[in-house]
Amino acid sequence: MPIITESKSAAVVIDDAKCIAEKGCTVCVEVCPLDILAIDEGRKKAYMKYDECWYCMPCEADCPTGAVKVNIPYLLR
Amino acid sequence: MSASEPTTEIIEADILVIGGGTGGPMAAIKAKEANPALRVVLMEKANVKRSGAISMGMDGLNNAVVPGYATPEQYVKEITIANDGVVHQKAVMAYATGSFPMIQYLDKLGVKFEKDGAGEYNMRKVHHLGTYVLPMPEGHNVKKVLYRQLRRLQVAVTNRYMATRLLKSRDGAISGAIGVNTRTSEFLVVRAKSVILACGAAGRLGLPASGYMFGTYENAANCGDGYAMAYHAGAELANLECYQINPLIKDYNGPSCAYVTGPFGGYTANNKGERFIECDYWSGQMMLEFWRELQSGAGPVFLKLDHLAEETISEIETILHTNERPSRGRFHEKRGNDYRRRPVEMHISEIGFCSGHSASGVWVDENARTTIPGLYAVGDMASVPHNYMLGAFVNGGIAGADAASYCEGVDLPDFDAGFLKAERERVLAPTRRDDGLTPHEMEFKTRRMVNDYLEPPKVTAKMEIGQRRFAEIREDLNQLCARDPHELHRALELQSILDCADMAAAASLYRTESRWGFYHLRVDHPETNDDEWFCHTMLFKDEAGRMAHRKREIAPYVVDVAADEMAAYHQLRVKTAQAAE
Repeated sequence: MPIITESKSAAVVIDDAKCIAEKGCTVCVEVCPLDILAIDEGRKKAYMKYDECWYCMPCEADCPTGAVKVNIPYLLR
Repeated sequence: MSASEPTTEIIEADILVIGGGTGGPMAAIKAKEANPALRVVLMEKANVKRSGAISMGMDGLNNAVVPGYATPEQYVKEITIANDGVVHQKAVMAYATGSFPMIQYLDKLGVKFEKDGAGEYNMRKVHHLGTYVLPMPEGHNVKKVLYRQLRRLQVAVTNRYMATRLLKSRDGAISGAIGVNTRTSEFLVVRAKSVILACGAAGRLGLPASGYMFGTYENAANCGDGYAMAYHAGAELANLECYQINPLIKDYNGPSCAYVTGPFGGYTANNKGERFIECDYWSGQMMLEFWRELQSGAGPVFLKLDHLAEETISEIETILHTNERPSRGRFHEKRGNDYRRRPVEMHISEIGFCSGHSASGVWVDENARTTIPGLYAVGDMASVPHNYMLGAFVNGGIAGADAASYCEGVDLPDFDAGFLKAERERVLAPTRRDDGLTPHEMEFKTRRMVNDYLEPPKVTAKMEIGQRRFAEIREDLNQLCARDPHELHRALELQSILDCADMAAAASLYRTESRWGFYHLRVDHPETNDDEWFCHTMLFKDEAGRMAHRKREIAPYVVDVAADEMAAYHQLRVKTAQAAE
């Protein structure tokens, strides 16, 4: 039985213009309790990789440039 | 997955603490304070800076025993009554006497508690009988304070390692744990003289009504790993049928938070805006009245604040929207909820295990010792009831100090290399398949079945069907497939969740009576039966590897409770003229 991938809207949104991942910053990735964020190796920007957000907000609170916004996942909104 | 096999590194320590949330860091801190020469390793599945139930801080202490407001004896009595008498009072007393010194210790480290103009703690009454709530309007820095102290005392931290199984020596003592990195799948074996489990609640057991798997009350990383590891190591688990079920903001599924709003005049109301319970403190009896209100057609149930003055509401908003679960404000905004205009709709949460709020945990005595020599448990996963954040700190501290002295008397125990090899194979099995079932779909199905068959009111025939479904899912584990280390981490968590589902069913079937209000309401055994069941129920893995049970006698009380006092929590419903007829 094949595995499919399903696309969903991301709860955690990164403002690429503010994100400084290309300078080596990984703060949001490091603090996430569910480990759902990652750095896109091509664009050198943080993004939400897994649809497993607990909307707890350390990523937003600890981002040094205010690039991260946590939205309530659509199913709960 | 990658063609190369993940490596296994083996390190040695005196004390291994598993879980870097609340109780775990305090256990490590107090072990180091007791003996700075000890090698203390703190293993954390996420990152200690922001892990666990208090990743964004805490908005108040729910169980502070502060001189002038309450005595340890009064607190022990209240918790005994709230738990229908089934408590190990010595452990509750150990917490109660450690409560105020811990508040002073945290205060000294820089945690902020609300004080009045004279610098005294600003205590509030929420419980049915006594005064135990201390607000923390600036409680968002708790994790930072803990982290600083861990650094100062040179506790070795290993982030992003998920412990999978405990190690034991030939003579049955604890001898360490096996961990796997959630980003690389590399193994880290920590050999230790003593292990302290601090893995939090089993908060990803039932499925939230929204269907969103990570929309849990507990930090969704707290999925019952500690319960599963303790069980597989042969430790006894206590009163698991006393589920955690909470009254929460509907859909958001987080605290609403009556403990914060209660002292300001907020309360739980029915659809007529009327109060129906005398006390908003979470207990099985309170949840039973909540459920009855919904059944009666008087629901939904709301948190009512719209009668309060503007400055009061602003203060409540500041506390609730900056601490613990700050995204509450964002949720309300999208829904058009405004505390000033409309009460907030609440509902009954899915089930979980958590001694922090109820009484379902790994059995521990007053020294935080489990039934395995050298193994401790603290916080939400240890059996001290209604322990909340402060209890995790106090019992963590007790475990750390006790483990430090235990280490003095033992050499580093051996461990079974064959067991390690077999565990590596169990962990990596989902990576050996290219095709099969995803961790997500297996978890979703398990948790949906938990809702369908294990939620109270508990029906024997339903729980037995649930057990059959869980057994079928267990057979499907040989199709479980993980494509990367992150999925493998979820695949391992699923197995903890399935273990907890089996434990919840077995424990609920074993106790053939009703107790703790809604938490263990058994339709086929509706009465409380003190003759048979005034005892702890212990669940454990027997010699043959089967799930087994036994009764544990309740140790003599250290604080007497009169028979008429014992019923106080059974009279929570507001008395109306109509009800009196």
